[in-house]
This record gives sequence, structure tokens and C-alpha cells, in this order.
Amino acid sequence: MSPVVRRSALAVALVALFAFVPLIGLHLPWVLPSTVNVVNSTGTLEVLALCFIFAGVALGYDVIFGYTGLLSLGPVMYFATGVYVFDITLTHWNWPLLSALVATFAVSLVLAVVFGAIALRVSGIAFTMVTLAFAQAFYYLIEDNPHGLTGGDTGLALFSSRLPGFMSGAVSNTRNLYWIALGFLVVSYAVVWLVTESATGHVFVAIRENERRLEVLGIHPFRYKLAAYTLSSLVATGGGVAYILLIGTAVPSAVASVTVTLSILIMVVLGGAGTRWGAVTGAMLYVYLQQYLLKVAAEPSFATLPAVLRVPLSQPQFLLGAIFVLFVIFVPGGLAGVVTRRRLRTAARRFDLTSATPTTVPMEEL
Amino acid sequence: MTNALEVADLHVTIAGSHVLQGVSIQVPVGGVTALLGRNGVGKTTTLRALLGLVPSTGAISVLDTDVRGWSTHRIVRLGVGYVPEDRDVFAGLTVAENLRLAERVDEPRYDDVYAIFPELRERTRQRAGTLSGGQQQMVSIARALLNGWPLLLVDEPSKGLAPRLVSELADVLERVATLATVLLVEQNLAVVRRLAQRVVVLDHGEVVHTGDAHELDDPDLAKRFLGVTGVR
Amino acid sequence: MNVLLALTFSGIALGAVYFLAASGLSLIYGLMDILNFAHGLFMTLGAYAAWDVASHLPVSWGAPLLFSTALVASILGGALAAGLTEVLIIRPLYGRPIGQILVTIGLDLAVVGLLLGGFGSNSLSVPVPLWLIEATHVGGLSLPNSDFVALVAGVVVLVSLELFLRKTRYGITIRAGVENRDMVSALGINVGRAFTLVFVIGGAMAGLAGLLYAVVFSGDLISPTQGDSLLIFAFIVVVIGGLGSIRGSAVAALIVGLVQDYTNFYLGSHPGMAEIGNLSVVLLLALVLEWRPRGLFGSTL
Repeated sequence: MSPVVRRSALAVALVALFAFVPLIGLHLPWVLPSTVNVVNSTGTLEVLALCFIFAGVALGYDVIFGYTGLLSLGPVMYFATGVYVFDITLTHWNWPLLSALVATFAVSLVLAVVFGAIALRVSGIAFTMVTLAFAQAFYYLIEDNPHGLTGGDTGLALFSSRLPGFMSGAVSNTRNLYWIALGFLVVSYAVVWLVTESATGHVFVAIRENERRLEVLGIHPFRYKLAAYTLSSLVATGGGVAYILLIGTAVPSAVASVTVTLSILIMVVLGGAGTRWGAVTGAMLYVYLQQYLLKVAAEPSFATLPAVLRVPLSQPQFLLGAIFVLFVIFVPGGLAGVVTRRRLRTAARRFDLTSATPTTVPMEEL
Repeated sequence: MTNALEVADLHVTIAGSHVLQGVSIQVPVGGVTALLGRNGVGKTTTLRALLGLVPSTGAISVLDTDVRGWSTHRIVRLGVGYVPEDRDVFAGLTVAENLRLAERVDEPRYDDVYAIFPELRERTRQRAGTLSGGQQQMVSIARALLNGWPLLLVDEPSKGLAPRLVSELADVLERVATLATVLLVEQNLAVVRRLAQRVVVLDHGEVVHTGDAHELDDPDLAKRFLGVTGVR
Repeated sequence: MNVLLALTFSGIALGAVYFLAASGLSLIYGLMDILNFAHGLFMTLGAYAAWDVASHLPVSWGAPLLFSTALVASILGGALAAGLTEVLIIRPLYGRPIGQILVTIGLDLAVVGLLLGGFGSNSLSVPVPLWLIEATHVGGLSLPNSDFVALVAGVVVLVSLELFLRKTRYGITIRAGVENRDMVSALGINVGRAFTLVFVIGGAMAGLAGLLYAVVFSGDLISPTQGDSLLIFAFIVVVIGGLGSIRGSAVAALIVGLVQDYTNFYLGSHPGMAEIGNLSVVLLLALVLEWRPRGLFGSTL
């Protein structure tokens, strides 16, 4: 079997396995992120669905950051667009589901093209800061609760008669929402796979490696950078839609703050920027760990620990931040980097080569 | 010590391209050794690698000290002055500040420097960015001379200078060569012929010729390695 | 008219705090190409160091002495945090600029998480002398004394920073390094020491900014996330002023402080516009970049 076929088969098998999870009532102690130690409990399904959603968003972000090499700090803006436009059109305006979806992506597209075009006028660190500033402005706007639309700090619950019964936030529907989240991940993966393996995707990588060389070849990087930015924004918007369906309430600090952007960035770097499976694995691990640590910290036996241990261990933000720092310093290239290096070594031994080219090109500098 | 500088099997890779492919050079103590070659063959990279400014593999011995893996400032402090391509004076700093930054010994030789470049004495408070190209070159050379160091790496000092200035520059370098061993990267063959005793020719990241400077009088050699014709 | 003057004064005070927060960021970026996300953390840690010192010393010292000690503690706290950051987590990553940005992000998250765990998300109150809460009357204007403190601190730091950069050997090394790092080491200077130094200086200013922001603008209250929100404005100031330029940071900080203060007062009271001050600053950033992508003061010190 060729590596491509083998990996596709593995991906299909994994998706099939996850698709069956809601039907498996297996009792599994210790490892689950929910207090109920059953694989298809509502809590566990919700966490896994959240893993899928952020895996999709991280994949989209990998297009702009890992493949194209642009450190954008704006993805949360488009995630929040997905959450809020979808929520507002359904909850406040009672639009039909399809119209709400179309409107959400249309708004996201316009925002991405306009703000992307402005931000891409500058490059390097200035680009990073501008995307951060825009995203922050967006956050302030949502906090402001203009015309009572967003609900400000109180949040905005998704509540609409136009939502089909099987999608509504009822506990019995969690498995449906789980499948929707998985579907979002599969679609995101397919889109990102198609684009990054296409000629356009190769230009993205070329921009990351040496933008000036492209200009010499007569290719305008700007258009491609905007395309990468827009694609990753649209994927983030899709994630926002799936998120609000699953969680049911939009709160600015959880869906629009800079912390969300930084989490997405961390997911991609942990997994390995510039590889698709790296982004997916990094995101799933991150979200799972975060939820799992919260569960552990809430257990009664935890309160008996001395403060020196209890305080740091009860803060997933601390643990994940510290793991991230250690990863950046000691595991450059993230999980994907480890695998690539091992594969290169094996290949070198087998074919007696001193160098071999990996199939995907991870971001070297990380 | 017979060689001020010894380089063996030096390899440098920059952004995926193999710029130096096993360069070996020996620079004996005293006089001027010229490093020649067409544009882009790796002359500047060789100097930068010697100073640890770009990562390299291979053996580098500076003033009888093995400096593999050393950071730039430690190599320089062994006694190496560097006059980079394009001069690289600090444009926002005054002439005096540029020189002050270069002071590495207790008694910097301002007298020697001002004897060679009297003009700099009058311009100490001027910002280096407002100097002419020739004056900037003086500052750059002065920085390298200030500590009385035994080895100087000089990268294309005549680049971008008017012909009259080039001959003045050659005069200066001739005086400099009496004070220190010089490894000179230079495209201007007239300058090389006047100053250098030995030449090393690079092509495509490799040394293709090492010999006496007067061999350059052979037009065939000059043409083959340097792409220069009609040498007078 | 009086309202406008009073607004201008408080806008300038706000600008002074922004300058303290931004100038270190700008120096660090200029010399090392690092976008330092941990700078907000240095501000927070400075404020917490001040709180810790001021609330553990004997009350008998009296408020003025306690507050002066707190000021010193904020500066030392910020400087120490920044120095350790440079030596322990930035230094192993020389030559990996994106990696350096990423570790500062991770550090910020981790330590803020730790503060949230240790102190909770509620604000703590820094003890200040009564005098600081009062106002001085100048020709019919009532100007808060805390604004004067911020202003004086801003001016003192600006002047000493300029003197340091112009007159001392380290200062000259830093200016030279902002222009061309390689050439500085090619003159035999250990540029790594300059890196640590700019972090320490930047951290000291950030720590002071963290405390002053709490005293001047948030009713003496400090919280684990205050530095992160201040950091966004510091970033904006740095980009508007021009990366690596101290004077640029000073001018941009004033402009941003004034714009924010004016728009907040004149427009912020309308319904749904409570955040107009913050929004207008981002708009200003977009306008400046359209007009001058490298910021107001280009890229030299």
C-alpha cells in the first residue's frame, strides 16, 4: 500500500470509530473528562465534540500560520462571527436555518476580505499586532452589546423555533450535536487537504519559505495571502456555528477574547505547525486535557492537597501554558516534528540516505 | 605561529542552499592575502563564517586558537578586526560613538587612527549616516584598527567608491598591512595586484586556485576564475 | 473649556502610563525582533509586587513611605521577572524568532493562570496615601493628584531613558544593536548582555506602568489579567509610533491617551457605546497604517 492510501485508510477508520462512540456504553474509569465514567455519557460526548470543533478551527488556522507562515492573531474574530451572527439571526430575528447559515458565512467572508486586505498591507510583526488589534476591537464591540444584540457580558443563549428539533440544545440531542461537530471536522479536513495539496497550497508554502523569490517569479503573494487568510477565517466561522449549536450560549470571554486565539495557536504549535494531522492532534489533546484537568481539580480528594500543589494543578491555564513553553523549547516542530524526525531516521537507515524529503513540509523554524 | 588563520573543509548552508562546499584556506602571518572570485561565489559568506556570524561546519583556527562553535564576540576578542561589505557603520550614531563601541583594549590607538584618517578627527560629532561613502569607509576601517589587532578581515572596501578614492584607499590599506595580517576580499584587480602577496580564488563555494599574487598577471587565469578580460 | 482642559490633562496622564508600558516593548522589539507577549505579565507582576510589599509592611511606616516602597517594589518586581524571562526562556531560543514569541505567550498564560489560582480573579486593593486620591485645584480646574504622579513618572522615565541611550556605553550599544545586531557582535561585544539589559529595563518600566495604571485608572485595584488588557494598548502604541522608536512610542502614547479620553467622554455616554474609547484607538491604528505603514517614526531610535 502506498503511504497515501495507508494514511487515508487510517483517517477513514478513525472517523468511523469516533462516529460510533455515541453508541458505545463502555465503562472506562480514570481517563474520561466527565465525572460519569461511561464513554457515551453526555459530558464525555460534549468534550469530544468540543475537541472536533477546535480541531477543525486549528486546521483552518494552520493554513494561514503553519502553511503560509503568517502569525495572525485574528482567528477568534471569525469564530465569534460564526457564533454571534448565527445566534443573532436565529434567536433575535428568527430567520430560517439555511438563511442564517448563508448570512453567517457571507458576513464572515466580507469581514475576512476587508480586514485581511487592511492587515496584509503590513508584514511581519506589524501584521500580527494589527490582526490582534482588530480582533480586540471586535471583542469590545460584542461586549458593548449594540442594540441589545449580543447580550454583552451576560451572553446570548441560542433559542429559536426555527432550529430543527434534533439540533436543539436538549441533553438528549448531545449525540446529534456530536455528529455535527465530527462532520464539521471532516469537512474542514477535506477542504484544507484539497487546498494545501493544490498548486495554490504550494504557493502558500512558498510564501512562508521565501516570499521575495515568488515576486521575482511574477507571482503576487498578496492575493494568495488574502486567500489563505480568508479560507482560515471561513473555517473558523464554521467552528463558531458548530460551537453555538453544541454549547447553546455565547459569552464574549469564552468565544471572542484573545485567549481563544492564543489557545488555537498553542494547539497548532503543540501538534506541529504546517501539518494537517498535527493541528488536529494538537487541538484534540489540548481541549481534552483542559477539560480533564478541570474535572480532576474539582474532585473532593483534590482539596486535601497542600496549596503548593493544589493551586497550580487546579489551573489548566497554568499547566497548558507551562507544557507549551517546554514544548517550544525542547520539542521544536511539535508532535509532528518528533514523528517526522523519527521517520527520516528510519528512512535514512533503510535506504542508506543521509537526507530524505518528508511528504508534508512542516514549519521548520518551530 | 606561521598561519594567522587556518580554515579546513568549511561548509555553510543558508536557507537550503549549500553556499560553501568545503573551503580550505591558510593565511600566513604578515602581508595581504586576497580572496577572489565572481559575485555570489561565497567570499562574504566565508568571512562571516570565520566570525561565527553564520553557522558552519569544518575546522576554523584563528590566531592559533580553535574557534569552532564560538560566538562572534569571543572570536573577535582574540584579535580580529572586521571591515564588512557595505561598511555597516551605525548610521544613527556619531563617528565618536561608532569608534567608542569598537574600543576593546585599555588604550585604544586613536593616535594611529587619526594619523591615517585625519578627517575623522574633525567629524567626531557628525552622525555616521550623514557621511559620504568614502568617509563611512574610513569609520569602518578605523573601528577595525582601533585596538591594534593582529588580524583584519576586509570585505570589498573599494565597492561603490569613486576611482580617485580607490587609490587613496589602496594607500591606506598598504599602511594597514604593515600593522596587521590582512585577508582581503576584493573585486578590483588593480588594488589586489598592488597590495596582495597571495591569492585564493573561490568558485561555486570551493577554492579553485591558491597561489602567488603575480600569477594574476596571467590573463588566462584571471579570465578563467574571475570572468575578467583585457587585464592590463 | 475647563472640561476640555481637564480631559486633556487626564489624557496626557493616560498617555504617560501607555508610554511606560510601550517603550520597553518597543526597545525589545527593536533590538531582538521579539514581540513580547509577556510584557503584560511584567506589568501585572510589578503591581502584585507593590501590593505584596505595601500590605505586609507595618502600617506604622505611614502611607507615603509605604507607597514609595511599593513604587520601588513594582519597578524591581517587573525588572526581576523580565530578567529571569530573558535568561531562562528567551535565551535558549536565540535564532528562532517565532519560537521566542510563542514562549512569551505560553509564559503569560501560565503565570496569569498561577496568579488566578493563588489570588483568585477578584481584585486586590493597593494601600495608597490619602493625598493620592485627592485633587489639586489649579485655576478653577480640579486635577487628580494621581494623574500628576503618572505624568511625573512618565517624564522622568522618558528623560532618563533618552540620557541612558545617548550617554552611556550600554545605551549606545543598544542603539547600535537596534540598527545592526551582527555588526555589534562583530566589534567584539557580547550582544546577549544587551538583550538581558533591555528586558530588565523594559520590565522595570512595565512594572511601574502596572502599578500606576491601577492607581490612576482603576481605583487602586489590581487583578491577574489587568496587564493583558493594558498590553493590547501598548502594542497599538508601539505600532503607531514605529517599532523600535522611543520617541515614536512617546508621541503615539500621548495621541492614543488623548483620543481614548476624548472619545470616551464625548461619545461613551451614548447607549451601546461604552467601549467607543477602545474602538477609536483601533480605528486610529488602522488609519495610521493606511497612511504610513511603518508607523509615525519609522524604525530608528
